[in-house]
Amino acid sequence: MELFRITRDLPFMRYARTTVFLSAVLFVAAVAALVVRGINFNVDFTGGTVIEVQFASATSPATIRGLLARHQYREARVENYGTASRLLIRLPTTGTNSKVLAADIMRLLVVKHPGATLRSVEFVGPEVGSELADQGALALLLVAIGITVYLTLRFEWRFAVGAIIATIHDVVIVLGVFALFHVSFSLTVLAAVLAVLGYSVNDTVVVFDRIRENFRRMRTGTTAEIIDSAITRTLSRTIMTHILTQMMVLAMLVFGGPVLFGFALAMTVGIVVGTYGSVLVASPIVLWLGLKRDDLIPRKAVSVDRP
Amino acid sequence: MNQYPWWKNALIGLLVVLGAIYALPNVYGDNPAVDISGSGPTLSHQTLTRVQAILTAAHLPYLYAGRTAKGIQVRFRLAGTQLRARELIAQKLGSDYHTVLALAPATPRWLQALGARPMYLGLDLRGGVHFLLQVDMQAAVHKTLTEDARALRRTLRRHDIRYREVQMDKTADSVEIHFRDAAQVDAAKKLIAAKFTDLQAVSIPNFGLRAAMTPVAITARMHYALQQNLTALRRRVNELGVAAPVIQQEGDSRIVVELPGVEDIARAKEILGRTATLEIHMVDGKDSIAAALAGNVPPGTRIYYDRHDEPILLYDRVLYSGDDITNASTGVDSQNGQPVVNISLNGQGAAINSRVTQRNVGKRMAVVYVEIRTHLKRTSSGVAIRGPDGRRIRITHKIEQVITAPVIREALGANFQITGIGTIRQARNLSLLLRAGALAAPVSIIAERTVGPSLGATNITRGFYATLIGFVAIALFMMVYYQVFGFIAATALGINVVLLVAVLSILQATLTLPGIAGIALTVGMAIDANVLIFERIREELRNKNTPQAAIATGFSKALGTIVDSNMTTLIAGLALFWLGSGSVRGFAVTLCLGILTSLFSAILVTRALVNAFYGRRRRLARLAI
Repeated sequence: MELFRITRDLPFMRYARTTVFLSAVLFVAAVAALVVRGINFNVDFTGGTVIEVQFASATSPATIRGLLARHQYREARVENYGTASRLLIRLPTTGTNSKVLAADIMRLLVVKHPGATLRSVEFVGPEVGSELADQGALALLLVAIGITVYLTLRFEWRFAVGAIIATIHDVVIVLGVFALFHVSFSLTVLAAVLAVLGYSVNDTVVVFDRIRENFRRMRTGTTAEIIDSAITRTLSRTIMTHILTQMMVLAMLVFGGPVLFGFALAMTVGIVVGTYGSVLVASPIVLWLGLKRDDLIPRKAVSVDRP
Repeated sequence: MNQYPWWKNALIGLLVVLGAIYALPNVYGDNPAVDISGSGPTLSHQTLTRVQAILTAAHLPYLYAGRTAKGIQVRFRLAGTQLRARELIAQKLGSDYHTVLALAPATPRWLQALGARPMYLGLDLRGGVHFLLQVDMQAAVHKTLTEDARALRRTLRRHDIRYREVQMDKTADSVEIHFRDAAQVDAAKKLIAAKFTDLQAVSIPNFGLRAAMTPVAITARMHYALQQNLTALRRRVNELGVAAPVIQQEGDSRIVVELPGVEDIARAKEILGRTATLEIHMVDGKDSIAAALAGNVPPGTRIYYDRHDEPILLYDRVLYSGDDITNASTGVDSQNGQPVVNISLNGQGAAINSRVTQRNVGKRMAVVYVEIRTHLKRTSSGVAIRGPDGRRIRITHKIEQVITAPVIREALGANFQITGIGTIRQARNLSLLLRAGALAAPVSIIAERTVGPSLGATNITRGFYATLIGFVAIALFMMVYYQVFGFIAATALGINVVLLVAVLSILQATLTLPGIAGIALTVGMAIDANVLIFERIREELRNKNTPQAAIATGFSKALGTIVDSNMTTLIAGLALFWLGSGSVRGFAVTLCLGILTSLFSAILVTRALVNAFYGRRRRLARLAI
């Protein structure tokens, strides 16, 4: 079976302005979402106490929120977790010991909702949280630098710039989705964002690799034509890999339960945007940066030609 | 022709077989077990028979009971049986034995002989409590400096150097000393350089000196404080009887404590905060112990007992305590070969020790072991009693035991020995407890997390099924799309998962839920390498190459791309490993190792299989791709 038997090269670069413009719009929207709504950092980053409670039957978060608000816990945030009968209660950092806090809340809940059981308590001190946020940002920065250096060494600086811009675009859009839908951003999600970074560059490198090969192999043709050919020839692989990886991530999204939900969501969005970005953002940037055949032909050959 | 040399095929085959063997223990899982160790030298065969008799009498079925290097191990099928059996064994054997809940791998003996063990499951999969403790390093340094200030005063006095004042400067982490003239300053400076190697003194105005701890000394002190606290916590957690606890350093000032299977945070905290220490009292030699036992205890004294339950009359006043002990180690008396515990005291303890011993040569001094212990209040039949709030009632009591009460033969200083302890093992326990008793620096809990065991079990099933469903979907899709080659890729993918699990098991890496996600993600990424190769082969076929040439070129051309693209993901994985902690680190480990195993399986294993299918056929008309 073969789904993509493309005989002629598709003129991707002719539509480069349109595709990059679309990306830019998405990017700006994501930034706007980040600025306006902000990321819903979870307790891993903000510090505080999270209590997971299992109720005997479906219980609405609003009811519990009201109940807690009447008993000095006005700042409690309550949300569903996985099933309708399971709730997460988040409380900001207070002087009270988390154990005492959890016991107090359970006492309040059990009176009105017999059968409510405590499933887990999580407490993170504020200093740990902010440190994690710093480390997360540092990790993102380091990965970006590492990848830029690697691509500059293995390819050429234009490729490194193209790949990094495309990757930042992917990561920002993933973060934007988290901001827009106010999905809780945990440490695990941060791990997924970094994995998206890796995946997105991985995808870009495959296309770049073919561009380099085409320059060495095809004697004629403009840079745009060579890039078109590279994208077309790798298109089948791009889509196949995308479908296959997406299958795995979707399985996690659907069957992985609430703990893996954030991770799988970040990966799902990341794979879609990453595939688009590597083909339709990274390549046009390399073209606009003025990549020429000479940039990729080994220097030695050039010096031999001149007496 | 597409053929690997025989040795290459053999090597690939060998690696795959080894991978399968080392991944196998994970299929068997763990059995709940009870480990029994005694305070005596070794546990006899009789103890084993006794344990077996206890279990049989109580109708508690067990899978295995036998002696191990550390004592006796009994394995059970169910965790419920394990809990009941432990309570029963602990009750029947008495306090001379220590029983611990454990998880014993249910790995068959032949696999264990090969060193194959299952992966270690993280807290999110196993359930339990996680604590992140902050060690107050500032306090540790200040404590040392305070002691130094005290010692400085004493030493200066002894050398007749007149000082106006010695005071701690807390903010600057140094001690300031002021003198009357320059000559004294110089003399003091020389003295400090000679006697206080940890301090560095610089002159300050008004005939002053500022002595600060050298950076080396500060680092050493912090390192000591952390190691000391790790030892203390480890010792205490052992007392909890938790299966496979994790107590490890994180960063330079934090300690992670993970207690799988423990749900009662309060109990865990209580144990972590528990102390065992020493108190030094003078022995009342004037009054009769018989009269005291008859009820006529002289004022200011109390009756204590030693290991053999012999009574001894001690003065109430504590001369100094375990807080003044800076170090304790085990040794052997050079004269009689008996075990001894060497104790080092801080400045304050040393000063008291030398003053008291000087004045009391010929009298006796007692070393008393003090421990605060709590246990459940039970009825006579062993059932825990609950209070009005439904909680089990705990009783706290103080255990005091005279270890030794030697006659003071000469004035002692900062270092002395305790003799008359018994066995070397008991000496070791004592020195451990003394070190454990004194936390070198205060700790505070800065993060804690409880995962219920049912949640852990749910997580593991969910993670497993998500991965399985994703895997099957990918395998089916590949077989439909690439036919024989798809089948080969699916096989290689399966081998990849087996190899990854094997490597994780060999390294005894901790498997967390994000770790499972990492495995799942690697499966997705590994298939990318195969897709790249297959698409290349198709391309070569389209270019009218012969099937055999297409296979060879397809593999070689895809190789560079595969390496480049995986390298970038590896960079991301390494950064995550370096900066991450806990579960994120688990994810990074599986991701990085997964990339390596997927390179092996997607390139070498796939090629070997393709060769086996097509490599020998000279007239190959078409490929099923």
